[in-house]
Amino acid sequence: MGVISTIQNDCRKATSLIEKRSVRPLGFREWCELCIHLAGCSFCRLFLRQSRMINAVVGDLFRRAEGADRRMDEEDKRRMQEEIEERLK
Amino acid sequence: MKGMLEPRRWVERHADYLYAYALNRIDEIELARDLVQETFLAALERVGEFEGKSSERTWLTAILKYKVIDVYRKRASGGRADVDRGEEMDFFEVDSGHWKAEYAPKALGIDNRDPLLQKELGSVLQRCLQKLPALWLSIFTMKHVDEEPTEAICTELKVTPANFWVIMHRAKLNLRACMQKNWL
Repeated sequence: MGVISTIQNDCRKATSLIEKRSVRPLGFREWCELCIHLAGCSFCRLFLRQSRMINAVVGDLFRRAEGADRRMDEEDKRRMQEEIEERLK
Repeated sequence: MKGMLEPRRWVERHADYLYAYALNRIDEIELARDLVQETFLAALERVGEFEGKSSERTWLTAILKYKVIDVYRKRASGGRADVDRGEEMDFFEVDSGHWKAEYAPKALGIDNRDPLLQKELGSVLQRCLQKLPALWLSIFTMKHVDEEPTEAICTELKVTPANFWVIMHRAKLNLRACMQKNWL
């Protein structure tokens, strides 16, 4: 089996390249392989879109949660404040 | 007052933020609270090292970040680090390398920007994230949320670069499959 027909069929490799590409640029050969695969595989094209969407939603999820909605218990805060005051004496 | 620390106002100014930061990454209320407390105490010891190059909050968050990584590291060495744990869920045919029919991606019908839909999607995804092994979740969030350099993540969590990529790949395959299962 030639190199091209191998990558055309290999969805495991293609999805792994998609994940790599979300973190760093692919090498030339990797990039070619991914393009060839995506041209012929609608499942992996869908995976690519959904993978990006998941990255975006996870990012939002974490940043939003750091906004305000999970507050520390006031009693705990008071204790921490006392401990800090104590150490500053 | 730029470049000055005011420890007496840390709790009032930063406790909620630091707590949310920790809870987001640890998901254990008591542990998150303890980490924030340890962060304040460690920071007090190191007040002299503060050079005023970053804001007070950034400086405190950096200290907390290392405490969170310590927790990840402990969890990872507690036997939950196994890279192969996702193996039982194999999404691809062994011989052809094609998607197995039951796992093949299906359209989720959420390409529009409806904020209500996005919110619902967020809560499904949150549940799916919790199902990932601890080490996978740590690596995934350090990369995609904190945007840490890959080498730093590998060093901090003691994983080889090869395993890093395997975990990133499996984490996404599992997350996406979980989304599909719980959304459609």
